[in-house]
Amino acid sequence: MYRILTKRQLNPTVTMMDIYAPLVAQKAQAGQFIILRVDEDGERIPLTVAGFDREAGTVKIIFQIVGGTTMRLNEKNEGEYISDFVGPLGCATRTEGLKKVCIVGGGVGCAIALPVAQKLHAQGAIVHSIIGFRNKDLLILEDEFKACSDKLTIMTDDGSYGRQGVVTVPLKEAISGGEQYDEVITIGPLIMMKFVVATTKPFNVPTVVSMNPIMIDGTGMCGGCRLTVGGKTKFACVDGPDFNGSEVDFDEAMARSSMYAEFEKRERENFCNLFKKEVE
Amino acid sequence: MALIHKKHVMPVQDAKIRAHNFKEVALGYDEETAIAEAQRCLNCKNRPCVEGCPVNISIPDFISKMKVGDFEGAYRVITESSSLPAVCGRVCPQETQCESKCTLGIKFEPVGIGRLERFAADYHNANFSGETAAPVPNGHKVAVVGSGPSGLTCAGDLAKKGYKVTVFEALHLAGGVLVYGIPEFRLPKDIVKKEVETLKKYGVDIQTNVVIGKTLTVDELFDDGYEAVFIGSGAGLPRFMGISGESLKGVYSANEFLTRSNLMKAYKDDSQTPIMHAKKVAVVGGGNVAMDAARTALRLGAEVYIIYRRSMEELPARKEEVEHAEEEGIKFELLRNPVEILGYNNPDDRRDPRNGFVKGIKVIKCELGEPDEKGRRRPVEIPESEYVIDVDCVIMAIGTSPNPLIKNTTDGLEVNRHGGIVVEENTGKTSKDGVYAGGDAVTGAATVILAMGAGKKAAKAIDDYLSAKKV
Repeated sequence: MYRILTKRQLNPTVTMMDIYAPLVAQKAQAGQFIILRVDEDGERIPLTVAGFDREAGTVKIIFQIVGGTTMRLNEKNEGEYISDFVGPLGCATRTEGLKKVCIVGGGVGCAIALPVAQKLHAQGAIVHSIIGFRNKDLLILEDEFKACSDKLTIMTDDGSYGRQGVVTVPLKEAISGGEQYDEVITIGPLIMMKFVVATTKPFNVPTVVSMNPIMIDGTGMCGGCRLTVGGKTKFACVDGPDFNGSEVDFDEAMARSSMYAEFEKRERENFCNLFKKEVE
Repeated sequence: MALIHKKHVMPVQDAKIRAHNFKEVALGYDEETAIAEAQRCLNCKNRPCVEGCPVNISIPDFISKMKVGDFEGAYRVITESSSLPAVCGRVCPQETQCESKCTLGIKFEPVGIGRLERFAADYHNANFSGETAAPVPNGHKVAVVGSGPSGLTCAGDLAKKGYKVTVFEALHLAGGVLVYGIPEFRLPKDIVKKEVETLKKYGVDIQTNVVIGKTLTVDELFDDGYEAVFIGSGAGLPRFMGISGESLKGVYSANEFLTRSNLMKAYKDDSQTPIMHAKKVAVVGGGNVAMDAARTALRLGAEVYIIYRRSMEELPARKEEVEHAEEEGIKFELLRNPVEILGYNNPDDRRDPRNGFVKGIKVIKCELGEPDEKGRRRPVEIPESEYVIDVDCVIMAIGTSPNPLIKNTTDGLEVNRHGGIVVEENTGKTSKDGVYAGGDAVTGAATVILAMGAGKKAAKAIDDYLSAKKV
């Protein structure tokens, strides 16, 4: 059993938790992920590591409430336990030798982008961050990004905060304006990452994407997380989750991510009904 | 007393009924039948059956106890050699091992050794209420990576000798392929749980949610005071054919499909883990895993085809599994090779929820040609014989390639060109001092009992190695 030490609501649909898992905290690195089960009989879901404290033995997770499992997780409070927490899984984001990087995060993906930005900042690289949200209410981690970015651009779809528009607009401006990035690292919804890659491709800027497909074991056994990268089958859990964005077949990844859309919808409804009963 | 020529029939659930439930297919002998079957054993002098058993159970000795109704005594004889009798009695391919050597089998049907083993183990699990005495500790620590058949066997044998054994399991539940791979109807999970509980009574400590190669490395285990490490991490990444359409929604590896159903209990209505309830399923492959996947899909309500590129004779699955599958109504499309998986695409409506799902599998007819290097006749495709089978789900059961996690993080561990760990056959000793390995991580996909045999040999070798070190 793994104890929830802190819980904080970052916005109405995104929650942050510190979980006591000393073995995982000991090894975790930016870009890796964990797999958790909320309770016995629970589903296994992957979540990317949003931070860690090796001395305190804690791992930070930030999740968006999207389905039955994340709803159940969000019901848990500080001091309560979740039944399983395993990792760190996948390969760490490669940062060696990078001197100037643009981090592009979208929505809850910003939570995963943050430790990468922090790591680059700590190793002395120049970090430009572009983070995008649907609106001001959904904005998360502004202060944290400010602290580790040499330049921070915040975008909202509706213009309720920062600049109005999508993340690719300031990215294109920066690159065409002469910014020389060693790499662009992007983490967020598949459709956003697809367009980030399309934006950087004409300028030949190496672009790394972080994939978060459906997974069960997370150790290279089930093959559910397979992607087509450079025409070959790759497994996000052991070969990734980071890949060269220009080689990833995003359309296929987007189609595969909706395999259980119907089931998820039903789970959400069931859970909400259950919750209503408890309240009544 | 006249010799009975045939094995006593194993009672099974009726095929029509069991095709719709996940309860165990074979029901087991009763006491009377067990004694009668035991009495068929000639107790011959040369005991060829023992040689046929990868863990060398003293078969005639346990059967002798059963002849007189001493089932607990029989169980004790078995456990001197095997740590998982209730499992082996169910899933071992006895027809190619112990029973294939049985003297009685020369003229008649061999003794039903597997059925008797199962009875003794089930009898113990149902009736034994005494304490299992934990062995006297010898003060030495051994780490076992993976809690599948090889790891559990190695752990059990070492614990019985007094070693302090810790088993590290990546998943949330102990058992490896016994819990994620083999379905409930062939091996009930309560049985696996009981066998694991028995090992714990011998002092084996099982740490779940630890991935060796990620959470901890093999070298760190030595730093933590473990004096030897056994790697039984199992098979790895599922293989795909590399044909068009394998990324469509509704295409599974057998590992994923079975893990969802078995480990995550997706076959139950209230499971939080989803699984596709397909109408028509094509399972590609002819091994035991293919049979398990097919029979699981059938129980989830599908009409199921097994697509295999050779003929019935070359089918690598156990004969009993194939027979059960046929009885349950699984259709065999033999001498067929998939060439493409076809997907649904509604050109008028991009939001049609069926878009991107499987709608069929195109196969080509084959005939058997010259034998390959293993002596199996090679399938040769017949030009222009393709046709489409309408299915909405495809399960690939064509094997696995070794998992890279341990090899990538362990200096000095030699692997072969396929990625399997290189070991000395009789000891499981690897190229790295104090590290032993066995099971699918070494051989690639094989059977439960072969993995157990490897775990057993390694346990003996580890004991020899550490005993020599002590002196």
